[in-house]
Order: sequence, then structure tokens, then C-alpha cells
Amino acid sequence: MSINPDQTIKFSPMHRLQWEEVQQKDVILYPEGMVELNQSSAEILKMCDGTRKLDQIIADLEQKFAMTGLVNDITAFLEVALKNGWIQQN
Amino acid sequence: MAGSNKTNPTTALRTGITPPRWLLAELTYACPLQCPYCSNPIDYAKYQSELDTEDWKRVLTQARKMGAVQLGFSGGEPLTRKDLPELVKHARGLGYYSNLITSGYGLTEEKIIQLKEAGLDHIQVSIQASSQELNDHIAGTESFQHKKEVAHLVKKHGYPMVLCVVIHRENIHQMPQILEMAEELGADYLELANTQYYGWAHANRDLLLPTKEQFEQAEQIAQAFKEKVAGKMKIYYVVPDFHEDRPKACMNGWGTTFLTIAPDGVALPCHSARELPGLDCPNVKDYSIEQIWNESKAFNFFRGYEWMKEPCSSCDEKEKDFGGCRCQAYLLTGDMYAADPVCSKSPNHPVIQEAIDSARASALSDNEKPLIFRNSKNSRLLS
Repeated sequence: MSINPDQTIKFSPMHRLQWEEVQQKDVILYPEGMVELNQSSAEILKMCDGTRKLDQIIADLEQKFAMTGLVNDITAFLEVALKNGWIQQN
Repeated sequence: MAGSNKTNPTTALRTGITPPRWLLAELTYACPLQCPYCSNPIDYAKYQSELDTEDWKRVLTQARKMGAVQLGFSGGEPLTRKDLPELVKHARGLGYYSNLITSGYGLTEEKIIQLKEAGLDHIQVSIQASSQELNDHIAGTESFQHKKEVAHLVKKHGYPMVLCVVIHRENIHQMPQILEMAEELGADYLELANTQYYGWAHANRDLLLPTKEQFEQAEQIAQAFKEKVAGKMKIYYVVPDFHEDRPKACMNGWGTTFLTIAPDGVALPCHSARELPGLDCPNVKDYSIEQIWNESKAFNFFRGYEWMKEPCSSCDEKEKDFGGCRCQAYLLTGDMYAADPVCSKSPNHPVIQEAIDSARASALSDNEKPLIFRNSKNSRLLS
């Protein structure tokens, strides 16, 4: 299972991404579970709103954080997210 | 407060205490089903009073403020509470991820829509077996067809659907059919919960505990299926600890993560803790959740490692399993400070083999005693 660069990516409607004030971090909530996210993972997932494809997500994040060369890190994380069902493509 | 440990100042108690993450709201002990492995206490019938809507809203608000985020509405059958949609709405407003843990009994399409609009995140439907005859026998109610309809409706309205099947000797042979049924119903998650022997299950253990061979065969089938449906259905397999040689890390450690509120407002570090003597479990009508979590005797009773006896206190695995389950230690050894007898290092470990042998003898016996079903009449008789 890998990211299709020609399709948009959206966060799964079967999960919820939410900021937790007490923990001071974003988390993914799903039946019987919770995943705590570090800041960069959370920023990537917030870009998965169903309007952007992979290259757009990378470009927007590089611009937002004034960085370059994020392609490998972002792609690798999104592969994991897809495998875990946190994001979808179609 | 009543029962608080006077030798420990509050400030010291707060150090190192992690906030609650999971809240189990047992809204009622009322239930139309009579499952003989119910985790409610045997003497549930004597707890008649129930918290009112405002009490529950206050509890939800206070626990959320401390950090609780996963919320289970449970029971009994939570659908018997008329204020369920109102409580769901309140929980959603606070940012909980909420789960309805239901038998499906009384769940109509109208109600499913109403709860969705109120902000319910997912629904966990229990099914007792893969055949109508056995399901209705175990549940003590004709419910199989309706449960299957409910499962379809849950999917239709966009909820993640969690199917829960409690596994025991009466249905373990149906493992292949149970897995097929879950796939057919489109379950997103399947919880295969091997019976944990507390409450009613403890009373019926001779009739419910499968043999090691039955467990191993069922587990093999479930594992193979897990690979087949990877990416489509997630399977949670609750291990049968009687056939393990190390205990479970019960509740992720006492008073670290889980908070249960019983129907009458009693706060419990785990849903079986009511069976333990001398804990003086506090009531949410008398104390705030913060006071209960940080300061009460009950929630501090088995926190950390100070309470442990040998072989736990010097064990290099104590940080992994916290000495196992306190309720199991109490039920099987009479000593709630003892190591969970599931552990092969426990001097009481032979009681586990005795339980397994006793169940096997019962299965082979010509006149096996009948299951004791969970209902108010039996509750009064047994308590």
C-alpha cells in the first residue's frame, strides 16, 4: 500500500484528529485507541483535507516552515498513516 | 475526606500521578439481556439508585478537564437511559471521543440518527454467537436477528462499527463462523474478548472456561484471519490469561489511566473493584473527580509498588505487569495484595490449574449444573 501521487489525500472520517490541552499535543482518536502525535506529524495530517495531492502537501509544508528537502520524511510518514488507516485516497 | 490516607499529605500524593485518559460511564445496571459472564457485580440488584442527568454532566465535565478523552457509555444497557442523547451531546461539546457499548437491544434507526446528530463517535455492538439459537440462549433473550440489523444500520449511518463477541466454552467452536459473520456485517473492528473471570463469569467458570487445546485452536484460526483481513478489519484479541504464565498489566496500572463510574455514582479504579474489601470507594455525589483521582484511599490503594508482597516486590517484571490483577488475586487467593496467581512465580499458581481441571471435569460430567443467568432474581439469591 503506497501513496498515489495523482490522487488527493484526506483524513479518515473513521478517526478524529484533535488538540488535547492537558497533554499539549494533537492526538488521533479511534475506537479503543489513541495515538499521540509529535508536532510535525500533526502538521502533515492537517494538510490532508481532501483538496491536496502529495506534491501539494509537500510544497505547502515547505513553504509554511521555510524549509526544503522534506519530500522523503513527509512521504514516509504518509505511507505509515495510510497503512494505519488514518488517511484515505480515492 | 472519608477514608483518605492521613499519613500521606495531598501534595505528596499528587506527585507522579498521571491524569485519567479513559472514562467508563456505567449509566445503569438495568439490562434486557442475561449473559452469564456479565462483568457487573453479582450483587448489582442491591444498587438501585442511579445518578441523574446533572450528576453525569458534572462528572463528564470534571473528568474531561483532568484529561479524560476516551469515553464509554456502558451499563447494563445504556440505551435504557432516556437522557442518553443529552449526555452524548454534552460529551461531544467537551471534546470526548465517545463510544456506545450496547447489546443493540432497543436500538432503532431513528435512535442511531439521533445519537449521530448528538455527536456519538462509534457504536460497539455485542453479539453472543454466530448462530441464532446459541446467541439467544446465551443472551437469555431473542435478539440475534435484531443485532444483525443494528450492525447494518450502524454501518449505514457512517459510524465505525465495532463488533464484540465474548468467547467461552459454549461458543469457542464457532470461531470460524464468528469471523465470517463479522466480515459479512462489515465490522471495522472485531473484539474477540476471551471471558475474564470476574462477577458472573467467576460464578459460572466451570461452565465457561475452555480447555487449552480449544483456546489454541481458536487463536490460530483468529490469527490466520487477522492476516486475511489486514487493512479492512482490525481484530482486538483479548487474551485468555488462565492459559498464560504471566499476568496481564491490568488497567495499565491501578489509578494511572482508567476511571469507572458505577450507576450509583461510586468511582472505581476498575469495573470489578467493587468486589475488593475495605477500599471505601468514593461517590461522585460527595467528591469531585479531581479529589477522587488524586486523594481518595481507593485510587491510591495499589498505585505504584509500595503495596506489593513477594514475589512481586523484588520482581524485575513488576513495572511491566504491576503484579497483575488485584481482583483476580482476591477472588482466587483471598488476598488482594498477593501476586496474580496467573503468574508462574506466584506460590498460588496451582489454583489456576485446579480451575482448568475443574472446568474440564465439569465439561465431561453427565449432569453438568446449569448456567446461572445474570438477572435480578439470581442477583438477590446469590448476594
